[in-house]
Amino acid sequence: MTEKIVVAYDGSENAHNAVNFALDVARAKNATLVVVHVLEWSPYSFLTKTEIEERHMRRKEELERADKAIVSPLLQEIQSSGVAVEVMVKYGHISETLLKVVADTGAKQLVIGRTGQSSISTRLFGSVAGTLAQAAPVAVTIVP
Amino acid sequence: MNRYFKAPLMGAAAAPFLAAPAYASTIDETVNTAFANATGWFVSFIFSPFPGTSFPWIVAWLVIAATIFTVYFAGIQLRGFAHAIALVKGDYSDPDDAGEVSHFQALATALSGTVGLGNIAGVAVAVGIGGPGATFWMILAGLMGMASKFTECTLGVKYRNEYPDGTVSGGPMYYITKGFKERGLKGGKPLAILFAIFCICGAFGGGNMFQSNQAHAQLTNVLGDFPGWITGVIFAGIVFATIAGGLQSIAKVTEKVVPIMAVIYVATALVIILMNADQIGWAFGQIFEGAFTGLGVAGGLVGALIQGFKRAAFSNEAGVGSAAIAHSAVRTKEPVTEGYVSLLEPFIDTVVICTMTALVIIITGQLVMDPATGLYIVGESGAIETVSGNTGVALTSAAFSSSFGWFRYILAVAVIMFAFSTMISWSYYGLKAWTFLFGESKAADLSFKVIFCIFVVIGAAASLNPVIDFSDAAIFAMAVVNIIGLYFLMPIVKAELESYVSRLKSGEIKKFN
Repeated sequence: MTEKIVVAYDGSENAHNAVNFALDVARAKNATLVVVHVLEWSPYSFLTKTEIEERHMRRKEELERADKAIVSPLLQEIQSSGVAVEVMVKYGHISETLLKVVADTGAKQLVIGRTGQSSISTRLFGSVAGTLAQAAPVAVTIVP
Repeated sequence: MNRYFKAPLMGAAAAPFLAAPAYASTIDETVNTAFANATGWFVSFIFSPFPGTSFPWIVAWLVIAATIFTVYFAGIQLRGFAHAIALVKGDYSDPDDAGEVSHFQALATALSGTVGLGNIAGVAVAVGIGGPGATFWMILAGLMGMASKFTECTLGVKYRNEYPDGTVSGGPMYYITKGFKERGLKGGKPLAILFAIFCICGAFGGGNMFQSNQAHAQLTNVLGDFPGWITGVIFAGIVFATIAGGLQSIAKVTEKVVPIMAVIYVATALVIILMNADQIGWAFGQIFEGAFTGLGVAGGLVGALIQGFKRAAFSNEAGVGSAAIAHSAVRTKEPVTEGYVSLLEPFIDTVVICTMTALVIIITGQLVMDPATGLYIVGESGAIETVSGNTGVALTSAAFSSSFGWFRYILAVAVIMFAFSTMISWSYYGLKAWTFLFGESKAADLSFKVIFCIFVVIGAAASLNPVIDFSDAAIFAMAVVNIIGLYFLMPIVKAELESYVSRLKSGEIKKFN
């Protein structure tokens, strides 16, 4: 089995840089790149009756939109790179979901972009990159 | 956006009438008399007693049904309790299904529809008439009702309609129609239509008029007396903006605030009960003694029992069929899992929250007792006399504020929030019944919503008794039809349950966490 490298991708500039960085690493090590796009979702939020009724339909729309606007353009861009790529679109808490993908795939590395959150919200809630740097069981590369 | 502000403006325009109470009270009186005359026959039919007794047949109907379901599913409320909690925690949720409605969300949303004035005002009415003993019967009815809820919610999911655009419609009208056909039984369609009609009445009654009535009572309690139709018009405006104006954000806010309110309410009740810790033993003594002797209340044991059962059914809606409408919108591979989750509702609603209200009223000594005989003093109206002559929500308010004076303001906010969220929930149930009858169209949709809002105004303007009678009658009428359906369809639920339990044992249904 080839080595796997997980990279988080949300369509932002930084995430793009992260993917490019991860591609270089993957090419050098002949590893498989696992691109993960996480849609933020909590099973403990409160919904109205109408929202519950429409949830299944909305989920389908959200997944289609994620594929069309975020994942597919990226795949087209990197398909000529010659690196084996797997794609996952998942719902959940961003850091927790990424950690779970790392555990499930047995990846040795995690590459993430440093997102441009404002300093106040980062101070209050912590950033995804910061959380992962502290909590990940594998090497984490944070790409600016 | 402009039209959303109309309602408060109308309220402001109405303010000058406050100075003319004579004029305003005539409006209220007219509404009141007309309403009592229009609904009286229906109420007396539903609550007619067995010949020669004072025991209403409808109460027996509910109790017998809950007992049959409890026995038929071998005490599912006990057997399945731990599994229900595991489902809500997400132990059996496939991570690949993340993004769909979770069991927790389904439970929270269904609860915000049932936790409401029944828990605050309804319990006060029960204890006010039936004495502390009504609490015992209320808890018993809550525990038994868990089995009814399990049955109806499983069916609701199994027989819902799914439309190409991904939305769903379900509930008793759908499972009665489809389930009867599947079992080769005749009469499903007329029964389903009857249910839909009663459901619309229930949506206008308990799900609407009772709520605006008690919200108004709570407002006058805090702000001083003013005519009910003013509250009604303001409330109707906000409700209309939410359900017809597409102002979903109001519903979203309520949906988030209601659970917090419920937690604050229970926490405060617990604090008051703990402050009077030395009285807890006495209060439970009163509850048990009252349950079997009545302690002097009108009708004795039977009086306490009827009040307890009535209020429990009104509060947790087990067997009524409304919860089946709410749960049927949830996507799940196993209909039985929704049944399991829903059996927690009567427990939280009745066994926990209603009991808290009752304990606070009893422990703070709101009910007047004759010290010589140890019996409660019953006034001319048939209700127990209270310290300051309060009934309904005002009695609960008085009980809570006797320990914390400021709590009546929190309670006023809670009551209005609960009333509002219950109205929104019932407008959804009523609408589902309405579209079942008249088809899914924009015109049908809007006409229901307009009528719904008119009833908000009537509810706030009418006095408590005719409203409470009609609310109870309409909701119990739903239970009559729904339970007939459940009797015929319960073997289907049993087959589902057995298949599910055996797959759970064999490990085919996996635990993910």
